Amino acid sequence: MDAIELTAYEAREKLGKREISSAELVNAVMERIRVVEPKIRAYLTITEDAALKQAKEADQRLSSEDHPPPLTGIPVAVKDNICIRGVRTTCGSKILQNFIPPYNATVIEKLARAGAVFIGKTNMDEFAMGSSTENSAFQITRNPWDLERIPGGSSGGSAACVAADAAFLALGSDTGGSIRGPASYCGIVGMKPTYGRVSRYGLVAYGSSLDQIGPMTKDVKDAALLLSAIAGHDPRDSTSADLSCPDYALACGRDIKGLRIGVPREYFAEGLDKEVEHRVQAAIMHLSGLGAEISEISLPHTEYAIACYYLCAMAEASSNLARYDGAHYGYRTKDAENIIDMYSRTRAEGFGTEVKRRIMLGTYALSAGYYDAYYLKALKVRTLIKQDFERAFENVDLVATPVAPTPAFKIGEKTQDPLTMYLSDIFTISLNLAGMCGISVPCGFSNGGLPIGLQLIADIFKEETLFTAAYAFEQSTDHHKRKPVL
Amino acid sequence: MAGLVEQGMKTIEGTIFSSDVRHSALLSRLHLTEEEIAEYTTVLNSILEYFAKLNELDTSQVPPTSHSIKMQNVFREDVTIPSLPVEEALANAPESKANCFKVPRIIQEM
Repeated sequence: MDAIELTAYEAREKLGKREISSAELVNAVMERIRVVEPKIRAYLTITEDAALKQAKEADQRLSSEDHPPPLTGIPVAVKDNICIRGVRTTCGSKILQNFIPPYNATVIEKLARAGAVFIGKTNMDEFAMGSSTENSAFQITRNPWDLERIPGGSSGGSAACVAADAAFLALGSDTGGSIRGPASYCGIVGMKPTYGRVSRYGLVAYGSSLDQIGPMTKDVKDAALLLSAIAGHDPRDSTSADLSCPDYALACGRDIKGLRIGVPREYFAEGLDKEVEHRVQAAIMHLSGLGAEISEISLPHTEYAIACYYLCAMAEASSNLARYDGAHYGYRTKDAENIIDMYSRTRAEGFGTEVKRRIMLGTYALSAGYYDAYYLKALKVRTLIKQDFERAFENVDLVATPVAPTPAFKIGEKTQDPLTMYLSDIFTISLNLAGMCGISVPCGFSNGGLPIGLQLIADIFKEETLFTAAYAFEQSTDHHKRKPVL
Repeated sequence: MAGLVEQGMKTIEGTIFSSDVRHSALLSRLHLTEEEIAEYTTVLNSILEYFAKLNELDTSQVPPTSHSIKMQNVFREDVTIPSLPVEEALANAPESKANCFKVPRIIQEM
């Protein structure tokens, strides 16, 4: 087996036994990147020299320490909206194309302490606004399973590089499905932790009441390993929860007999692709065969989730993105007449179409005379959606649904009408509104050979239940072992 | 997906006019051309029409949720920690002068 095909867990074991070195892992992954990157274009920045330096340090620790930290020597890719000190961080936007962060995100500090090696920054929809990675200002990332198709978004680069064995682990961020969608389309595992589980300090803000950083990995145990390394309270993010975090890997391997799984009927309605429906239903039957108790439930406000989500996210975005003013960092227009002209031209030239659209709609929804009708209304509907889940979790431990209504769609298919793109998030956005955690795990393929994901949702701070069920499912199937041919 | 679109669409009057888009662009500090204003008016209208779906729900007795996890007044110890050195804070600035960010003139001479 090639080194690049190892999971992070397997690589860790080999590193521990000195059967392979971190430098060898980095060289292998760089070689793989040289082969596949011209086809998939997952990375915006590759930091080979720094990675080799970190790998050498890791190899020293591995030979001198009895118990090196859990990720010592493992190559990790990072979505380009998470700050690494001294490494260009663009958010997929022209307005930040030359931005070099002077500090590390908390998750980066934690991963560095855990011994991880950073190999590069991955492509994304500009400011994480999109569901296909086509909104990147720099390049279109392609789905490793079919280069004519999107990898999903906004963490499309992270999903594509993990699926193509061009990274052992990756970080993504999820505001309305930006981890789980791409994971499903690319046939990997993607997990959105509970709101507050992972610090967002150093994550470029989009919708602050919704954003979470999470793992994107080759299998469930790797996701548990990565989440254990990044989770926890951070005084620099006041929304991070002051709770202790278990070792999530320990949740992998527990029995799921008697686990109560609810299947919301609203998620299997018109618009759901038949092949997706069949694979997901089969996956739920499979969980039943493993001893889970399946029941039908209702999440009655599901059909309002997209409107609710986009209003909340756009309103928050319009405020968060006010900081890009051409004064402190990032792109600035030439020859502005005065300061307002400088702001307005900088932002018009620096932002892409979808970002401008969301800023303007968000501004409109918050502006005098419209606030009650749009923004406040959305916040009230958010309460109803959250209550749907709270009621559901009184009777079940998990909710099982599809991740996306279709397998990966074609590049360009949904770029003309923003609304059709928004609608592809139908199954992932509710849980961001409710704060719950969710995971996408491969559950089969379409007849055309495209991956399909199963989404499991758990109540707030119940990530262990997710890992237990996802691991039991994965280990008794072999969907995660299939690889794209590149 | 066509089914989902139709299911969600309500044929209500467009509520946003080019003057609204112009105003929103001004508040957003986005310089738009006339063509862009026309284009955005059309697209934003179709999105807002879809959003109007929320009007189907009676929320008069529902409190708003701005944040999914209950927390308020999060305090921390007031401890002094090192801040970013001036040179580093200015390193990404498009223009700087005398340890300050430099921008076009704000107050015009009379």
